[in-house]
Amino acid sequence: MNELVQWDATRLAEGLRSGVVSAEEVTRAHLDRIDAVDGPTSGANESGVHAFLHVDHEGALARARQIDADRAAGADLGPLAGIPVGVKDVLTTKGLPTTAGSRMLQGWVPPYDATVVRELHAAGLVVLGKTNMDEFAMGSTTEHSAYGVTRNPWDATRIPGGSGGGSAAALAAFEAPLTIGSDTGGSIRQPAAVTGTVGVKPTYGAVSRYGLIALASSLDQAGPCARTVMDTALLHAVIAGHDPYDSTSLPDAVPDVVGAARQGATGDLTGVRVGVVTELSGEGYEPGVVARFEEALAELRAAGAEVVELSLPNIVHALAAYYLILPSEASSNLAKFDGMRYGLRVVPEGENVTAETVMRATRAAGFGDEAKRRIVLGTYALSAGYYDAYYGSAQKVRTLVQRDFAAAFADVDVLVSPTAPTVAYRLGEKLDDPLAMYAGDVATIPANLAGIPGMSLPAGLSDGLPVGLQVLAPQRADDRLYRVGAALEARLNDKWGGPLLAKVPTWQGVSA
Amino acid sequence: MSAISRTEVEHLARLARIDMSDEELDRVAGQLDAVLDAVAAVAKVATDDVPATSHPVPLTNVTRPDVVRPGLSAQEALAGAPAAEDGRFRVPMILGEEA
Repeated sequence: MNELVQWDATRLAEGLRSGVVSAEEVTRAHLDRIDAVDGPTSGANESGVHAFLHVDHEGALARARQIDADRAAGADLGPLAGIPVGVKDVLTTKGLPTTAGSRMLQGWVPPYDATVVRELHAAGLVVLGKTNMDEFAMGSTTEHSAYGVTRNPWDATRIPGGSGGGSAAALAAFEAPLTIGSDTGGSIRQPAAVTGTVGVKPTYGAVSRYGLIALASSLDQAGPCARTVMDTALLHAVIAGHDPYDSTSLPDAVPDVVGAARQGATGDLTGVRVGVVTELSGEGYEPGVVARFEEALAELRAAGAEVVELSLPNIVHALAAYYLILPSEASSNLAKFDGMRYGLRVVPEGENVTAETVMRATRAAGFGDEAKRRIVLGTYALSAGYYDAYYGSAQKVRTLVQRDFAAAFADVDVLVSPTAPTVAYRLGEKLDDPLAMYAGDVATIPANLAGIPGMSLPAGLSDGLPVGLQVLAPQRADDRLYRVGAALEARLNDKWGGPLLAKVPTWQGVSA
Repeated sequence: MSAISRTEVEHLARLARIDMSDEELDRVAGQLDAVLDAVAAVAKVATDDVPATSHPVPLTNVTRPDVVRPGLSAQEALAGAPAAEDGRFRVPMILGEEA
């Protein structure tokens, strides 16, 4: 393995600025790494990571050469110029296939870039390709991609989390130093937790959703994924900000997340009040997960933080409310996949061919099981006679969850919990048990309902598999995640003698 | 409140414009029943005195001056279409379906 792929973005940026390496070398190293380990999911090399659905070799190298030329000409480039990045396939990329992990959009090439993608280009990042995901971001395992599963670089028989398993696995397999994810109920944070990487769901509206193929519009949020807290902050700063193309985009200035990460990296949290959510630890949480969490709490105390336990009584209903609100919004958003204007069209045989029959046949062939399940559930929850009991009630629970958070944040600066109740389970283990899969999102979902920011960062290993710690902050206070996250990361790395990812097994069957 | 029948799932699939096989209907009905059973608790905590929240941040209408600006060309808009003709989307018959 070329050593460059092990460098984090901060180190690569320094190397690019000082001329030790070129963007072309860095990009080529990552493309070679992808070619070596990503592999096909079927056939001779079934154990490939399969973090990518589409790799843009030519485009990435051309872009990298351009950055090198610009730098040689003395252009004033941003801090991440020349650094490779993978983009979750839910964001539109002009001229590059975008499928959202669905057969419905197989072969679709968008005529425009998502705002996040436009910002990546403007900041000089090099887009390597599109990362694998559960179809339309529905799932917690990346097993619901129409193009095959992504495997966890820590153990090829296990899930990489979902729906952004591709974005997380690409980082853990050293295929990219930075990736973009989207988080509707934990799809950035839960994959980060089970792959030993860092992922942030920003405050709702802090990052544009223009060009993000909508799952549940009141919950979806694009965000940064990386191997370190500082790298995540640098990427956050690139993609956050107001976008006139997104009517729910916040007009506020972005807090100084990079400065907060730098401040946190000193390891000092004196004066910071940290709340431990009683309801998000204990029952249903694996002993190994709880043990790593307790150790992290000890580090927070050692850093000078005051750690208090508090209760968010309504948070126990968040999961149920989410699994009514999400399908309701999804059933509406996915109605646009009708086989008329883009994507798949299936013309039924031996039947009266009308728009209606084409639509039914197209949606039957284009959507996978999980998408169909949720569309039907959403149609039910929104239907006359059930609306008040299900959708209306869920919206009220949302109010209660928001009130709980508001009360908690009147007392503490941040809240912490394990990110997921378990370590990565085996592929196929919960495929036919939606409830078991949904339960894995219990700790991440409340943040989406309330629109608050959340981060997952590595807290250590349990049975050789990564455990994540989640930090939550009030709306618009994303910088607090980075201060606390960086401090914890610094202390844990000292304790471990280096970053957790140094322990990830070399990809099986691949000579590194 | 939860029990959802196979017939009901069939009706919902029709409303959602998704053809489903018999096997699919059986499976989905069972799974949805379990999911609805698990989420039914929201109705108990959602008392009359609690207002509903549809969005995490208060929304206000956003407008811009009514000024023409560049958009996608017709060719770009049609680029992903399953079928196009004369600069328009070509779609299956919509009117006169019963004929």
